[in-house]
Amino acid sequence: MRILLVIAWLLLSLPAWAHKPSDSYLSLSVQHSHVEGQWDIALRDLADAIGLDGDGNGHITWGEVRSKHDEIGVYALSHLVLSADTQTCKTEVLEQLIDHHTDGAYSVLRFRSDCGGPIGRLAVDYRLMFDIDAQHKGLLRLTQGGQTRAAIFSRESPIQEFSVNERSPWTESMQFIHEGIWHIWLGFDHVLFLLALLLPAVLIRVDGRWQAAGDFSSVWWNVVSIVTAFTVAHSLTLSLAALDVVRLPSRLVESTIAASVVLAGLGNLYPTVMSRRWMIAFGFGLVHGFGFAAVLTDLGLPQDSLLLSLVSFNVGVELGQLAIVAAFLPLAYLIRQSWSYPRLVLTGGSLAVIAIALVWFTERAFDLQLLPL
Amino acid sequence: MIRLSSLTLIAILGWFTLSHVGIASPEPYRPMDDTQVLERLTFKASDPFAREIEILRADLRRNPRNLDSTIQLATRYIEQGRSEGDPRFLGQAQAVLTPWLNEPMPPPAALLLRATIRQNAHEFDQALADLDQVLVIQPTNAQAWLTKASILQVQARYDEARRACRRLARLAAAHVLLGCLGDIAGVTGQSSKSLELLRQVLSGSSLSGRERIWIATILGETAVRTGAIREAEQYFAEAFKVGIKDQYLLGAYADFLLDLHRYQDVISVLQSETRADGLLLRLTLAEQALELPAFQNHTAELAARFAASRERGTTVHVREEARFTLALLHDAGQALPLAQANWSVQREPADARILLECALADKNRAAAQPVLGWLNANHVEDFRLRQLANQIQETTF
Repeated sequence: MRILLVIAWLLLSLPAWAHKPSDSYLSLSVQHSHVEGQWDIALRDLADAIGLDGDGNGHITWGEVRSKHDEIGVYALSHLVLSADTQTCKTEVLEQLIDHHTDGAYSVLRFRSDCGGPIGRLAVDYRLMFDIDAQHKGLLRLTQGGQTRAAIFSRESPIQEFSVNERSPWTESMQFIHEGIWHIWLGFDHVLFLLALLLPAVLIRVDGRWQAAGDFSSVWWNVVSIVTAFTVAHSLTLSLAALDVVRLPSRLVESTIAASVVLAGLGNLYPTVMSRRWMIAFGFGLVHGFGFAAVLTDLGLPQDSLLLSLVSFNVGVELGQLAIVAAFLPLAYLIRQSWSYPRLVLTGGSLAVIAIALVWFTERAFDLQLLPL
Repeated sequence: MIRLSSLTLIAILGWFTLSHVGIASPEPYRPMDDTQVLERLTFKASDPFAREIEILRADLRRNPRNLDSTIQLATRYIEQGRSEGDPRFLGQAQAVLTPWLNEPMPPPAALLLRATIRQNAHEFDQALADLDQVLVIQPTNAQAWLTKASILQVQARYDEARRACRRLARLAAAHVLLGCLGDIAGVTGQSSKSLELLRQVLSGSSLSGRERIWIATILGETAVRTGAIREAEQYFAEAFKVGIKDQYLLGAYADFLLDLHRYQDVISVLQSETRADGLLLRLTLAEQALELPAFQNHTAELAARFAASRERGTTVHVREEARFTLALLHDAGQALPLAQANWSVQREPADARILLECALADKNRAAAQPVLGWLNANHVEDFRLRQLANQIQETTF
C-alpha cells in the first residue's frame, strides 16, 4: 500500500513549460574607489525569504513592501559581499523602488559600496536565495567606463572575480570619443536638427523662390557657420552641465530638443521667418548641449579625469557631426539644381522631420504630464 | 498640390507608425499608493498548502535531521510545482534536500526526488544516474523504475523503457504497469492494443485522482494520434472530471483543440493560464487565429520570457521556443535550429512534430531525416506526423 501512495504522484512526464525560475538582476557600475549598484529582486522571492504578505491575503501591496524596507535591505546586503583586493567594501542602500520584469514585480535596491581605495580587483560573493531555492540565479551586469561584462551566479558558483584594469588616459579618452560619436549618430534628434538646418544650405532664396546656390564657397561658409554655431553652443552647455554648474530638468530639456527639431523643419517651409540659420543653430544648440550632458552622466564620469573625458566626449560628438556633414554636403551640392531638390528633398524632408519630431514632442511632453516635476 | 498632400499623408503615416514604436522603456518607480497591489502570490497564508508547508518547516526547524519531514516537504513542493507549472517550487524542494544530498551516501528517497527535479530541468542523463544509484540500493523501488521508464521514453530509448516498466510487475498495482507500458505502446505502433488495455484500467474504480488523470491523458493523446477525435474528447473530459489542476493535461487538451481549429474553446480553457509559458503560447496561437487584439501583447510577452530564459542560460523551453518562433514569429530559419537542438534532448511526438514543421517551412529535407528515421524505426503511429513526413518526401524544394 505504501508503494501505491508513493507512486500516486508523478506519473506523466513533468511539463517543461512553466513560469520563469527565480532570478535576480544585479548591475554594478565600478567607479574609481566605489561601486554603484542596482539589484532587482523578485517580490515573490522576498516573500519566501522574509515574508512580505503581512495580512496573508496572497496579495503584496506597496504598503506591505514599504513597511519591510529595512528588513529587505538587511536581508539583501547580508547575501552580497563586494571586496576590492581582499578588502571588504562598505555597502549601504540608497533607495528602494519597484520595477516589473516578465514574471512579475521586483523590488529595486539602489546601493553604493565604498571600497576605501582604488579598485583593482573586484570580488563579488553572491548568496541570495541559494538556501531557499537551489535553482536561483543571479544575473550580473558589470560596467566599468563604458565596458560591460555579464556573469551568472548560481549555487555552484557564488563567487566571481573581475580585474578592473588600470585604464590609461589614452584608452579612457578613446572610449569617450567613441561614445561621443555613437551618441550623435544614435541620437536621432540631434542628427535631424542638424540636417533640417542644413537642407536649405545649398539653395538661396530669390524673390520668394528657392534657387540653387551658385558657387561652392558660399554654400561652404553657410554650412560652416551653422555647424560652428551649433558646436560652440552645445559645447558650452555640455561643459556647464557636466561640471554641475547648471542643471535643468531632463524632461524640459528633452521636450525642448524635440520642439527645436519641429521649429527647424517649419523654418524650411516658411523660410521668411528665419533667415539667419546660424542663430537658430546657436540658440537651440544650447539646449542640445544639456541633452548630451545627460548621456555623459549616465556613462559615469570618472572624477579623477573629469576634464579629459569631457573634452574627449565633445571631440567625439564633433567627429560624428563632421561625418554627417561630409556625407550630406557633397550629395546635396550635386543634386541642388535638380527640380526635385527644393520640392521633394527640402519640403518632403522637412515634413518628415516635423512629423517625427512631433511624435517625440508629444511623448516627452506626455511624460511631463504623467510625472509632475 | 497633389504632391504636397501625398507628402503630408506620408508624414502623418510616419507619425502614427513611430508613435507606436517609440514606447519608452520603463524605469524603476516609487508607487504612489500604499494599497497598490504589486504581486499576487500563488497561495494565501490560509491555504491548505501553505499551512501544511508551515507545519513541516516548523518540524524541520526543531529537528533538522528528520529525513521523513524533509522528504514530505520536498514532495509537497514538487507536487505544487507540477500543479502550478512553477519551477520555483522545484528549486525550493532541491534546497530542502541539499543537506542530505551532500552526504557521501545520500538516502535513496532524497536521490529519487532529485532525479525528478533534474528530469524537470531536462537534465535527463543526470536524472538517470540518480535513479540508478537509488536502484542499486533499493532494486524494488517502484517509483524509481517508473520515473526511469518515463525518462527513457522521452529519450526514445523504447526497449530500455519497456524493460524498466516490466520491473513494476511485482512492485506496484497492475494499472501502474499497464499505464507505463501502454504509454510506450501507444506511440510505437500498438495503439489499438494500448487503447484497449488502458480503457479497462480507466473503468476500474481503484484509481486515485492523479492516476485517473494519468491514464485518461495517455488514452486521450493516443486516440488523438490515431485520429479518433470523439473518443479523445471523451478521455480528456474524463481527466478533467477528476478536478485536480494539471499543466500537462491542459497543454495536451489545448493542442488537441488547436488542431481542430476550436480556437474559442482554447481561449475559454486557458484564459487565466497566462503565467505558464507553454500554456500562454497555446493561448496566443488561438488569439492569432481569431485575430484578437491580445495576440500582440502576448507575443511580445512570450518573446521577453524566452529572452529571459536564454539570459539565464537554461534550455528547458526550447521546444516551446521553436514553436513560438515558427508559428507566431513565422521565422522558420530561426525556428529550425531550435527544433533540432530540442530533438537532441527529447524525442516525443510533439518534438518530432515541431522539427518536421520547421524543416518543411524552411524547405530543408535533410533536417527532417532524424525524425523520419525515428518514425520508421519505431513504427510510430501518429497520423499528423505521417502526413507531415509524406509532405516532406513529396515536396520538391
